[in-house]
Amino acid sequence: MMLDIIIYLAFFLAIALSYGIICLGLNLQWGQTGLFNVGVAGFVAIGAYVSALLTTPEAAQRFGGFDWPIWGGWIAGALAAALASVLTGAVALRLRADYLAISTFGIATTIHLVALNAESLTGGPFGIAFIPRLFAGLESEPMKFNFLNFLFVAAISAGVYGGLEILMRSPWGRVLRAIREDEVAAVSLGKNATSFRLQAFALGGAIMGLGGALQAHLIGFIAPENYLPTLTFQVWAMLIIGGSGNNRGALLGAVAVWGLWSLSGAVLSGFVPAEHQARVAALRIVLIGVVLAGVLLVRPRGILGEKILVSRFLRE
Amino acid sequence: MNLQFLADGLVMGAMIGLGAIGVTLTYAILRFANFAHGEFIAWGAYIALALTGVVGAIAVDKSSTFGSLSFGWPIILAAAVAAVLTGGLAVALDLCLFSRLRNRGNAIVMVIASFGASLALRNLLEFLFTSQPAYFSQKIQMAIPIGAGIRITPDQLFLLGLTMVLFILVDSFMVHSASGRAMRAVAENPTLAKISGVNVDKVIRTTWMLGGALACAAGIMVGLTVQVRPYMGFDLLLPLFAAAILGGIGSVRGAVAGGLIVGISEALAVRLVGADYRAAIAFLILVTVLMFRPAGLFGVRP
Repeated sequence: MMLDIIIYLAFFLAIALSYGIICLGLNLQWGQTGLFNVGVAGFVAIGAYVSALLTTPEAAQRFGGFDWPIWGGWIAGALAAALASVLTGAVALRLRADYLAISTFGIATTIHLVALNAESLTGGPFGIAFIPRLFAGLESEPMKFNFLNFLFVAAISAGVYGGLEILMRSPWGRVLRAIREDEVAAVSLGKNATSFRLQAFALGGAIMGLGGALQAHLIGFIAPENYLPTLTFQVWAMLIIGGSGNNRGALLGAVAVWGLWSLSGAVLSGFVPAEHQARVAALRIVLIGVVLAGVLLVRPRGILGEKILVSRFLRE
Repeated sequence: MNLQFLADGLVMGAMIGLGAIGVTLTYAILRFANFAHGEFIAWGAYIALALTGVVGAIAVDKSSTFGSLSFGWPIILAAAVAAVLTGGLAVALDLCLFSRLRNRGNAIVMVIASFGASLALRNLLEFLFTSQPAYFSQKIQMAIPIGAGIRITPDQLFLLGLTMVLFILVDSFMVHSASGRAMRAVAENPTLAKISGVNVDKVIRTTWMLGGALACAAGIMVGLTVQVRPYMGFDLLLPLFAAAILGGIGSVRGAVAGGLIVGISEALAVRLVGADYRAAIAFLILVTVLMFRPAGLFGVRP
């Protein structure tokens, strides 16, 4: 029993941290640069699907069978998500801020449609199964398997976190915040605001794609219904609750919201009769929505909030 | 080529236009893209459906309908009350959520809040009414030929006429009435409007009321011609935005024209490539407008 709980905890944290990586990508876009992305699910889906298609063995009903190594799939997934971000950003970033929101919402809807309908490419509504899992040889030993997976995801999220922290303190990171705070001032100092925004948007998209790819290989199966606007909403809730603008807040929010989500799911399956479960499941999303609205109203900076970052040479 | 898509597109476009008026007005006056607008459509339809049941239970003659239409007085009565209630829902949401965020000066936070509100409202509907589709009437209507190979049901014809009347009413309200003038003034320059004595709070309430009521009308139309589902409004959201931006933010006529263009394009696409990618058409239109004419057809500001 105790052992089961520890195994579950390792699995839970691995999934939560994979959301944390996606959330770090959103923090770069929104928290640092002020870019509003309502299509998180779409960019995550691109990462997951590209990586899954490249790494899975041949399947009769769809395109594929490349048998790439897992890391190759991840890099390709991240690059594909970055490319999609650049294309979306190129159309919408030069216009008013809400247009980016609407465009990203549109692209996520379109990506979901492709995942659902282009059966020969994406497997259609049944999704893609048999995605190679990390440490697959150890699957018979759940303790080792789950712990190694957890450690691996933790290492990757630590890497992404560390890289972003360095970037945020670099001149590049300062320009992003300068543009967010006062675009006119930043432009008058010779910074090309659109270009910097596009870079941040693309890098954030790549990180989301990486998170999506990682998740796909953690679970071993993906389907279009994993990439609905609910996912976008969860990631947003993670960032706002954890504290947007703060990378540690993004990770903390991911664990907190995923915990709330899993806990409400457990309560649901434990206490609600089977015939009402689908219906009451909708209340979980209402719960997250109410928590998000409450945080926006009562504590807009989230749990941790943004730290004021200055150049490391200016620290006392 | 069969011209049936024109009739289907017109009916769809009328519904999109009704919803897009609310989107374009909230966008122009409150200055944010309201992702919860689709939920007003769904809530409006469910409120009307519930009220129709209540009215139908009280009514003496349960089976009376208008001529060859599939519905009668109960729906008309329910629709009128539901429109007011949906407007009230929009005002209430503004009071609880948006009005408190408005003064912080960051419009994008309002967009996040509206996105959250949209999911919460939609899932609340799913909890209350389940995700099973519901119908206003179980009667099956025969489509009647009106020439050029086009068939249309009496319900659709009636609803098209009703939408025309609503469009003309809203347009003349915006152009001629004092409230409409005040709304346009706030859209143009809120500070100047305020110091000229315009009651901005009242303008905001009117905007939500009008947007909510029209969304309810759109919801009832979708309910009568297709079905009532919790996702009905959310599925329309992208077409609504596409129509509002295509028409030009703040323009009621633009929203209507945009709605018709989006509706007819969708119907044409369904005819040519099938229904699978229907929802992507609105996105294509949106991207094209943003690339080549971000101000839209009737808009002035970029």
